[in-house]
Order: sequence, then structure tokens, then C-alpha cells
Amino acid sequence: MQINSVEEHTVGEAAALGQHGVGLSLRGVGKSYGGRAVLSGIDLQLVPGEFVAVIGRSGCGKSTLLRSIAGLEHLDAGSIQIGEAGSAVDMRMMFQEARLLPWKSVLDNVALGLTGARQEAAAALATVGLQERASDWPTVLSGGQRQRVALARALVHNPQLLLLDEPLGALDALTRIEMQQLIEKLWIERGFTAILVTHDVQEALALADRVLLIEEGRLGLDLRIDLPRGQRRGTGAFAALEHQVLSRVLGH
Amino acid sequence: MAKPSLLAPWALPVALIVFWEVAAQAGWLSSRILPEPWAVAKAFWTLAESGELWSHLRTSLWRATTGFAIGGGLGLLLGLLNGSVKRAETLLDTTLQMIRNIPALALIPLVILWFGIDETAKLFLLAVGVFFPVYLNTFHGIRSADQGLIEMARSYGVTGWPLYRDVILPAALPSILVGVRFSLGLVWVLLIVAETISAQAGIGYMTMNAREFLQTDIVLVGILLYALLGKGADQLSCGLEKYFLRWNPAYR
Repeated sequence: MQINSVEEHTVGEAAALGQHGVGLSLRGVGKSYGGRAVLSGIDLQLVPGEFVAVIGRSGCGKSTLLRSIAGLEHLDAGSIQIGEAGSAVDMRMMFQEARLLPWKSVLDNVALGLTGARQEAAAALATVGLQERASDWPTVLSGGQRQRVALARALVHNPQLLLLDEPLGALDALTRIEMQQLIEKLWIERGFTAILVTHDVQEALALADRVLLIEEGRLGLDLRIDLPRGQRRGTGAFAALEHQVLSRVLGH
Repeated sequence: MAKPSLLAPWALPVALIVFWEVAAQAGWLSSRILPEPWAVAKAFWTLAESGELWSHLRTSLWRATTGFAIGGGLGLLLGLLNGSVKRAETLLDTTLQMIRNIPALALIPLVILWFGIDETAKLFLLAVGVFFPVYLNTFHGIRSADQGLIEMARSYGVTGWPLYRDVILPAALPSILVGVRFSLGLVWVLLIVAETISAQAGIGYMTMNAREFLQTDIVLVGILLYALLGKGADQLSCGLEKYFLRWNPAYR
């Protein structure tokens, strides 16, 4: 399997492989809704090509953090710098729901926002293994297939930064693990920077170089994961880390 | 040989006609009240042969399509405008809602004073009547377009006219077509009233004229024509739904 061949993979290598990801710098980021602070004083540095997972209880502000980075939320305080100052960064977001346009074929959905790039869209669809569904309507696909189409739609832009807002939350356990492996494989191949928001501690530990815990709008934990990729699950170290993070999240 | 499912909807009307014929033959019905179906068929044939029927039909069809085109077209335009532009809604919607609550038929005295009793008066009545179903449904369709899809499309760089064409308009289409279907039914109801005000041609005129001479068979020809035309209009809007909403499993 491809993942095993790069099992000793680290952050620096990811950047070297693709030369593609961007760094991020967040300074004093704050956001409040109706007087209630959702995020406050978030300071964060991300290395290009890093895979970061953001976890936390529901309503802790982890999705807001991601949406702020995506520019979908207006910041109340602080600043977010993505990549070099003054350079345009191609970033794409995958949402909790696939958000496919039901009136466009699978291929046209992938080609959204592109002009006349159907070849590239078909190629992106092939990377997620759905090339034969190109002319189908999205409504006939399963939940996992829809998210794969959404992933292809994000990847066809060859993003430098991929934002994942719990995109696997609604999938069944097996499909979820398949999707995690697919995302990891594509991340290794392409070297983009990835930020994954999830409520699933296992998912975070399986995929990320670094796990961030958001607690009541603040950065509660910044944990580096130095386990070898591809065979993390099932190891003792993995279980120990999971236990450590879970008890922290649950406040024991 | 047609499939039974195609014939099944017509079983009840045919059974009613058979029962009606039997009742007339047995003398349960006076021909003054209800002529037998055979007499109605003969009246239809006579009218068709003399060409009278077709000229009335043509006039009525022309009125219905023109009235529908004017009223429905304006309803669509204003619905799109007010649904998309907040300022237009603020300026126009209150007025339109007040006008909506005036029954179109209550305007007849004014309409006769303004336009006399010629074609303009009839078209005005039809247009006012069909305007609101199309307007309201278009407005509602635009407003209830999935915000998640719009947000997704924006984050993929789709803005302006492409956003409208590829996302907002298709999202509003099911609702717009409900308005169209409702209006197509309403246009015949209004046409009967408009043609009975005072007309020199049209199915309504033919029917009213026949009433003067106690020609119940011709009255029934007119009534049945309205039923068939109404059914035809409904079939047309069903066809439009089937075509434009073929992506939607509910319309397949």
C-alpha cells in the first residue's frame, strides 16, 4: 500500500514532497456572536504541508475557527495570514454535508467554478474512484460517494490549503475509514496543508501531525503526533494517546 | 396497445358518461336539464363542422396564452427581482401584497370603465389573476434557496450571473413551476368570467349565447371544452416539471 512506503513520513517531508502547501499564522483571533465569545485570543502557527486536526466538544468554536480561516466568517479581533503576504492562496473547503448541486451531473459538480476543464474534472473524479459515475445525478449516490465527489471538487483546484469541516461525520464507520485513507493518500501525494475539524478523537489521531483541542473558544492543547503513518491504529501508543486526549476533552 | 396505467385515469370519466347516457335513455333526466351525451357529441360535431367551434377555441386560447404570458412573465420578473434584491422587496412587496388581496374579479367594474369591453379588459383581468401565484412562488423559491449551496458556490469562486444561473435559479425552479401550474389552472377560470362580461367570440361567449336559446347541449360542449383545456394545461405544466426537474427524484 502506498501509505506504508512513506510510513516514516514527517511534516518536513510532506512539504518537500509536494512543495505545495502554505503556512498559516493566526494572531489573537476572536469572534463573538451576540455578545458571547466563540473564539478568543487564538494564536497559531502552521507549517506548510502540515496536517492539523482540530477537536473539541460541540459548540466549542472549532467550526467557527475553520470558517474564519476560510473567510466565511468576519473576525472581531486578530488577524489570519495565509501563505506569503500579498500572494493569492488557493484554498478549498469540504463541508459537513457534501453540498453538491443536485441539478448538475457529478462531473459538472466537480467542474464547478472552472471554465472548460472537464478533462481535469474527470481526472479528479478518477482519483476518488468515481469516474464511471460522471454522468449520474448526485441524488443517486450514497453518502460516502457524495463526499468523495466533494473531495474531487476540492482537489481539482489543486488547493494549497484544504479545510475539512467534519466531512466524514455523517458516514458509517467503514466508509469513514476508507475516506480517511483516501484523504491521507492524496495529502501525501500532493503535499497541501490540511486542517481537519472533527469530533472523533481517533480520526484526529489517525490522520494528523498535530492535534489541537479547542476549549471554550481557546486553544486548550497542542499535541504533536509522532506515530508512524499508515499503521497507527491498533498500536499501544495510539491507544495511550487516545486515552490521554479523551480524558482531557472530557475533563477527568 | 396502451399500458393499463395510461388508460386507468380515464376509466372514471368514461364510466360517468356511460351512466349519464343510460340515465338519459331511461328517461330519468329531462333533456331540458341535461341532454344525453350523444346529443352533446352531435352538437360538438355540428359546431366543429361549421368551423364555429374552432374560431371560438382559437380566440379563447389566444386570450389565455397572452394573458398568461403577460401576467406570468411580470410575476416571474418581479418575483426574481424582489427575491434577489432586498431593496426592491422593501419598496415593492407591501404594495403588491395589498393588490394581491383585492380579488381580480372585484376589479371588473373599474376594468370596464378603463378599457371598455374589448380585448384589453379581458387580458388585464387574466394577467392580474395569474400574476400573483407566479410572483409569490418565484419569490419564495428564490428566498428558500439552500444557503449552504450558495455559500459553497461562493467559496468556489462562483459569483454574479453564474451563481444566479447555476445555483439560485435552479434551486428556485421547483417552486416557480408550482406557481406556473397553479396559474395555468387559474387562467381558465378567469377566462370564463372574462368572456361572459361581454364578448363577441370565445368559448365563454358561445356558452352564454347558447344559454339564451336554452341550447343545453352547446352549453355542455363549452363546459367540457373547459375541462379538457384545463387538463391540457395541467399536462403541459407536468411536462415542464418532468423536464426541468429531471434531476429531482420526486419528479422522475
